[in-house]
Amino acid sequence: MSRQTSPTAFAALLRRDFLLAYRRRAELLQPLLFLLVVTTLFPLGVGPSPQLLANIAPGVIWIAALLATVLSLDSLFRSDYEDGTLEQMILSGQPLALIALARTVAHWLVAGLPIVLLSPLLALWMNLPAEGMSILIKSLIIGTPVLSLIGAIGGALTVSLKRGGQLLSLLVFPLYVPLLILATNAVSSSVAGLPYTGQLGLMVAGLIGSLTLAPFATAAALKLSLS
Amino acid sequence: MLSVSELSFERYFEPVFEPVSFELSAGSLMLITGSNGCGKTTLLRLLAGLLEPSEGKFKTREQPLYAGHNPAIKDDLSVEENIRFWMKFMGTRKTGLGDALCKRVIEEIGLTPVAMQEGRTLSAGQRKRCSLARLLFCDEALWLLDEPYSNLDREGIGMLDRIVRSHLDGGGACIMTTHGSLRPEGFELQECHMISGRERYAGAAA
Repeated sequence: MSRQTSPTAFAALLRRDFLLAYRRRAELLQPLLFLLVVTTLFPLGVGPSPQLLANIAPGVIWIAALLATVLSLDSLFRSDYEDGTLEQMILSGQPLALIALARTVAHWLVAGLPIVLLSPLLALWMNLPAEGMSILIKSLIIGTPVLSLIGAIGGALTVSLKRGGQLLSLLVFPLYVPLLILATNAVSSSVAGLPYTGQLGLMVAGLIGSLTLAPFATAAALKLSLS
Repeated sequence: MLSVSELSFERYFEPVFEPVSFELSAGSLMLITGSNGCGKTTLLRLLAGLLEPSEGKFKTREQPLYAGHNPAIKDDLSVEENIRFWMKFMGTRKTGLGDALCKRVIEEIGLTPVAMQEGRTLSAGQRKRCSLARLLFCDEALWLLDEPYSNLDREGIGMLDRIVRSHLDGGGACIMTTHGSLRPEGFELQECHMISGRERYAGAAA
């Protein structure tokens, strides 16, 4: 009862995360540059034919977004784990799922949202037809939070390992498969003039599902990593 | 306030320390001594609830405050930002005072000159002081302090003794570990000497 209420703690954590992100802004830029570089490599590798690029554009942009997200996931809980912050947070009596959710929300805002904002540029580079553009952005808006939420579980599971990054990608990539299929299919369908609301609907379902369940799984994984 | 009976913890099927039993009442200080690796930190982590005991149990109605070796200080935040975050996050009724309390806490732990410096620039002793700041704004009754004197200078030790003294006077209780050289001075204290689990086997074999 003497404890700080949970919303206050949630806000304090978000505020701290933004401040930390601002102080380490160079670290935040790396996944985004990675995203740009990977997307740039495709025309060089598969040839600059506009039709070919337009065909593979949804897949390339989405896979690059997955890779960029996983790059930034490894550090999600690591520094808090190493300097003892996580330990103190668990002992603070605040619900651990709430802490996990706050970290995930902050991660999406500083790592996922920039991918969404960058996507129109990537779509132009990959010669994605105009009718696919808005669906690509929509699919990323719905999908990138899911990437952060599911990725947080992997980040929490591997936080106690010295080199957890590779294991983390092995753990979370299979879980991203349904999302990838739905998202790229929705974009391709919209380009082909086919209906795509079903795919987007399923993605929203995935978002709601992971938003309600993933923080608890992340909390359990964090507990496991600390004991 | 805390009663511990035959508490033990096993790691890889080997007891880390000999079973421990003691009672701690409000207003008292307990000193846990023992050589390196005899399980002092493990015992405190058990009492804090970070580990599950393998055998025995302990009873307490308090959620203890645990200050371990990891200072929980962010390198990229200043001393003031670090303390303010923890005040907001785990702070208590007292946080109502906000800025004034934060200033007073920093002054009390003697970090006013470096309040605006980033965590990475602090010396080991300053880090320790910064992590001990938590003692001043949380209102837990039971404190678990793991080697609180390490890295502190003479003045810092005096400061910590004062903080612990006023906590005990206010009806709190405190358990602290030490490996020998530094001890709280001028306190009436209970002492618990811990023996590593391995030593018993060594003794039995001899």
